[in-house]
Amino acid sequence: MKLELAGTIDVLIAFLLAPLLPGIINRVKAVCGGRRGQPLLQCYHDVIKLLKKGAVYSRTTSHVLRAGAVIAPAAMVAALLLLPVPGRRAVMSFTGDVVLWAYLLGVARFFTMAAALDTGSSFEGMGASREAFFSALCEPVLLLVLLLMGMHSSGGPVAALVAVALIIVLLSENSRIPFDDPNTHLELTMIHEVMVLDHGGPDFGFITYAAALKLWMYGMLFSAAAVLPVFRPEGWLPQTGVFLASMVVFAVIVGMVESLMARLRLTRVPQAILAGGALCVLAIAFALR
Amino acid sequence: MSFVFSRRRLETLAPDEFRSALVARVDAGGRLVAFFGLPSGDGSRLHAVVADDARGSVQVSVAEVRGLFPSITPVCPQAQLFERELHETGSINIAGHPWLKPVRRPLAYNDFFKVEGHEIHEVGVGPVHAGIIEPGHFRFQCHGEKVLHLEIALGYQHRGIEAMLCGASPARAACIAELVAGDTSAAHTVAVCEALEALSGEAVKGDAAICRAIALELERLANHTGDLGALANDIGFLPVASFCGRLRGDFLNMTALVCGNRFGRGWIVPGGTAFGIDAALAEELRDRLQKHARDVRGAAELLFATPSVQSRFEGIGKITQEDCRALGATGVAARATGIARDARLDFPSPGYAGSGLRASVSQYGDVHARAVVRWREIQQSFGFLERALGVLQPGGQDADRMNLAPDSIAVSFVEGWRGPVCHVVLTDSKGRIEHCKIVDPSFYNWMALAIAMRGQQISDFPLCNKSFNLSYSGFDL
Repeated sequence: MKLELAGTIDVLIAFLLAPLLPGIINRVKAVCGGRRGQPLLQCYHDVIKLLKKGAVYSRTTSHVLRAGAVIAPAAMVAALLLLPVPGRRAVMSFTGDVVLWAYLLGVARFFTMAAALDTGSSFEGMGASREAFFSALCEPVLLLVLLLMGMHSSGGPVAALVAVALIIVLLSENSRIPFDDPNTHLELTMIHEVMVLDHGGPDFGFITYAAALKLWMYGMLFSAAAVLPVFRPEGWLPQTGVFLASMVVFAVIVGMVESLMARLRLTRVPQAILAGGALCVLAIAFALR
Repeated sequence: MSFVFSRRRLETLAPDEFRSALVARVDAGGRLVAFFGLPSGDGSRLHAVVADDARGSVQVSVAEVRGLFPSITPVCPQAQLFERELHETGSINIAGHPWLKPVRRPLAYNDFFKVEGHEIHEVGVGPVHAGIIEPGHFRFQCHGEKVLHLEIALGYQHRGIEAMLCGASPARAACIAELVAGDTSAAHTVAVCEALEALSGEAVKGDAAICRAIALELERLANHTGDLGALANDIGFLPVASFCGRLRGDFLNMTALVCGNRFGRGWIVPGGTAFGIDAALAEELRDRLQKHARDVRGAAELLFATPSVQSRFEGIGKITQEDCRALGATGVAARATGIARDARLDFPSPGYAGSGLRASVSQYGDVHARAVVRWREIQQSFGFLERALGVLQPGGQDADRMNLAPDSIAVSFVEGWRGPVCHVVLTDSKGRIEHCKIVDPSFYNWMALAIAMRGQQISDFPLCNKSFNLSYSGFDL
């Protein structure tokens, strides 16, 4: 394993700017909907407000609920250390680190679902069941995407197919429309949000922040998939500039998808994820040609 | 439109005759619009009102019942909720009803239908919901994501509206009717006013009648537009959701321009209307109508032209025409299955004379069909308002001098935005209101929603519920 201390600055940038992504997405959605929208920095305000609050725990829950709110964000931070800004090195890197990255997200998901089940609420149980089902379908697609990104880094149809498959996976994994609706308040239709209904105060602050970090990491993947095949900037400043610009483009794309599409009915979600898998298989065929 | 009957001239039937007459009328295509009892000696005097929409006629039957009354629900499912209501209020003892569970006493009831077996789970939602909506409890029996059975328990908002109307003066009765369901203020007020005017023998005509139709159509526009937006919101289709939310407010503001209240309170009074429309106001309303019509068209066309929306709406929450007829479901929900019934046409009030309206129907009975019916009704309302808006004088007869005919029954029908609103008003021998029966379309349609959810995905419930958009307070009274 190699430690790259220069990558620490990239991690700090992620810590600082991750909550900005939901802000940009919400602003894009608001403009498309003809509204003014919430402040760009709303997610920062929310997290700070939640961290200042006290916590209330249901008497029917055990330490599993509390563990979920600690382990899931911790796993996200650990995963962040493994992911490089395109063109640079991550803080930690070793052969096969990408598999560890994928499964650190898996650890976070497992503990979020365990915490949801721990509440004994029928809503949270349904949410956990949906999350388990959809993420099980997403996982192979994500691994295929990572594989393709590793073996083939030039432009052309492969890069385009991989980028689309990645967008499908990241929308599903980050509970965005058309797979989930981050804004809905309807317990019966929610997926991710319903699993954290019983979390409050600092716990929920950590969860909200961890969700922003997760979105940021998928943004980094998108940036690598979309930018690297086209050109490779040299030097710290151009690299950082191109990276941040691609993150803004990423947030705008997610916001546009959410504005232009209705949510899929739940029974169609597996089909949409499998479509991502089919795109990957097609990309492999192109890559091996 | 309203009908008056003299209580003395109504023949009192024996319970058996009453039952068979009722069942025969409903079998012949009639709709049981009200069924209630008045205490009489040690028994009860049952009144049943059956409307024949096709002929535009109404029949009232009366029977004296002592002891047990054999339920007609097994042969006439439309009666199920009315009989439960009779049982709950202690009017009569009913024998042979499949399930006499309370109608408006949710706290006295905890015996929900239960499905048992491997992997069956139960989900309870409400009465406190995660949104600014009314209270109601929904109990789902599910197998995974599939709903096997939905039971709806209401009554959390029971205020005793019908009891408040007893003995009320006409002016006060109209004020109370405004509170039956906040989003249907105009329809309920017009319904009670028409019943009272029929009892006083002076139907409202001319400008006041047109003014009432305008109030009803503005209410329809506001609610239907809001519903299209709410449907879009439930599937996360944001542009239409936010535009329709704003447009709903624009229509409410048009109502407020006339009478100072966004929900039309105080606009309609017994004997006429309290506010008219002068030349400047008519001009302003026409301008706004044109502008909003354009905006609503844009939003609705985007909604119905977007493939992801169509895929989400179609085939969800389907109810068949047979089930609708059996349950007596009315209004938008029934028209979405192809039942071409609209009280504006079947029982036209003077304000709608020569309106050129048609019943807006669709076929498939799903969420999409209900959305389409709303959009068609919106377009028709625009047409109607364009023709009707003009200089209209306020006024009519004085509500305080209204003399109601003694010993009479008045039945009135008004097509509210959800469907036909029916009010039955009975007067005593001194011409005072002795009893009132209010039937909002929600009274029948909640059951239709429960049936529509069978075999559906539980995640589709909010969307399905929104497509019916029924009133809790209109049911709870």
